Amino acid sequence: MSADSSTSKETVNPTVDGSELIRFDKVTKRFGSHVVLDELDFSVASGKHVTLIGPSGSGKTTILRLLMTLMKPEEGTIKVGGEYLTHETKNGKLVPASEKYTREVRKNIGMVFQQFNLFPNMKVLRNITEAPVQVLGLSKDEAEQRARELLELVGLTEHIDKYPSQLSGGQQQRVAIARALAMRPQVLLLDEVTSALDPELVAGVLDVLRDIAHTTDITMLCVTHEMNFARDISDQVLMFDSGRVIEAGTPEKIFTEPEHERTREFLSAVL
Amino acid sequence: MMTSDFITAWFLPGLWITVQITVYSAALAFVIAFPIGVLRTSPLWIVRFLAGTYFEIFRGTSALVFMFWMAFTVPMLFGFSFLPMAAGVLALGMTYGAYGSEIVRGALAAVPVAQREAGVALNFTKGQRLRKIEIPQAWPEMLPPFNNLLIELLKGTSLVSLIAVADMTFAGNLWRLVTAESAPVYTVLLVVYFVLAFLLTRGMRLLERHAKARIGQAPEKVGLLGGLRSKSSIDAVTGTGGAK
Repeated sequence: MSADSSTSKETVNPTVDGSELIRFDKVTKRFGSHVVLDELDFSVASGKHVTLIGPSGSGKTTILRLLMTLMKPEEGTIKVGGEYLTHETKNGKLVPASEKYTREVRKNIGMVFQQFNLFPNMKVLRNITEAPVQVLGLSKDEAEQRARELLELVGLTEHIDKYPSQLSGGQQQRVAIARALAMRPQVLLLDEVTSALDPELVAGVLDVLRDIAHTTDITMLCVTHEMNFARDISDQVLMFDSGRVIEAGTPEKIFTEPEHERTREFLSAVL
Repeated sequence: MMTSDFITAWFLPGLWITVQITVYSAALAFVIAFPIGVLRTSPLWIVRFLAGTYFEIFRGTSALVFMFWMAFTVPMLFGFSFLPMAAGVLALGMTYGAYGSEIVRGALAAVPVAQREAGVALNFTKGQRLRKIEIPQAWPEMLPPFNNLLIELLKGTSLVSLIAVADMTFAGNLWRLVTAESAPVYTVLLVVYFVLAFLLTRGMRLLERHAKARIGQAPEKVGLLGGLRSKSSIDAVTGTGGAK
């Protein structure tokens, strides 16, 4: 609802090198009369790590939720790997996508949530193997093998036979990361993954994510308030305000010499 | 008629009929409650409407009148008749199935939205989410209200005595007619219904304990009679099994 002319209407359209994996094209998302995303254009190149920063309510999490198809945009289109996500073309016309079509495009995307959202009715191992078995059609042995490797990566091998309720928040979040990776997504969405954790548990989770960022070619979209982490892993940082990208650049540029007044205000408040 | 003759000729067979009708009606009610309850959470309005219509019709009609209708009206309208016991089981099962669907619907609605979202993020189909995530989590929450309903059903089976099914209550009425003594026989009936209800409750508590253990929850400690108190399907469902 920022229609007044004193704020800059100009949006930065960040372009990044390499092949384009994600593209938002004039995406508008409203909740009632509240405009969360305002004709947002942005793209992310394959293999890049992009961090979204900005004040709460600026639409960062909405971007991740749109990409995960947990909500639909009112206007505009989203493409992942060149395919429409919430629309499909039928007889040359763009129509809302069927569930079947959406699942086909969505299989490239994984997400880790703020509140972990592990399945409390499944032990750690089955939390990780269930989707590879049911959705990807892996054999139980293959899926377990994959799960064990991932649990080793996140340092939780000894908790394989526990229920989520028997783990700390940090441990649950690391299981959730393993669960997302078990689907071998091209894109990993990280939605404030340490915000719900006790301070002493944050470092363990961030270490795991740093490890993944530095050793895999997975594309990451990350909403976080951990600025040091963002600086470590990001190729690009996007500063959001009122549903638009107001500044984009390398972490060095954004964190050391931000151009936009709003960016400076925001960073001085959180750093 | 001697008391012992009455017990072997009418009371014990009547007790057995009561148990059978409870079991058959409960099985039918369960088989109806689950799909109707699940369909009532459908995103398609027409599906919700049809399932909701079933619920409203059977909630809004009297089980006893429906039983009379099955036993006496169906033969006149359609020219065939149910065995009296079948008419009783159908009427009870369909009515209590409607009530049960509300329990299923409520427990499914109480599964946190975040669980559905996690299922979407892992690209499960709707059916897989329902079978692997939502129903297993809702199931332990359904058991206490199912227990209440089962006991209501047990007591409701006494209605079949009015369509000439020789259940335990029918035997009691017979005994009163023969002896003209109503105090002892109805006291005995009350006690036997109570004992049956108590046994059902203990069985359901075991099921609940087992179901909770299977989703990693410790069963709450309750006294010997704890399972008899009423418990809503909603209040026990909180959180997503998040941080300790």
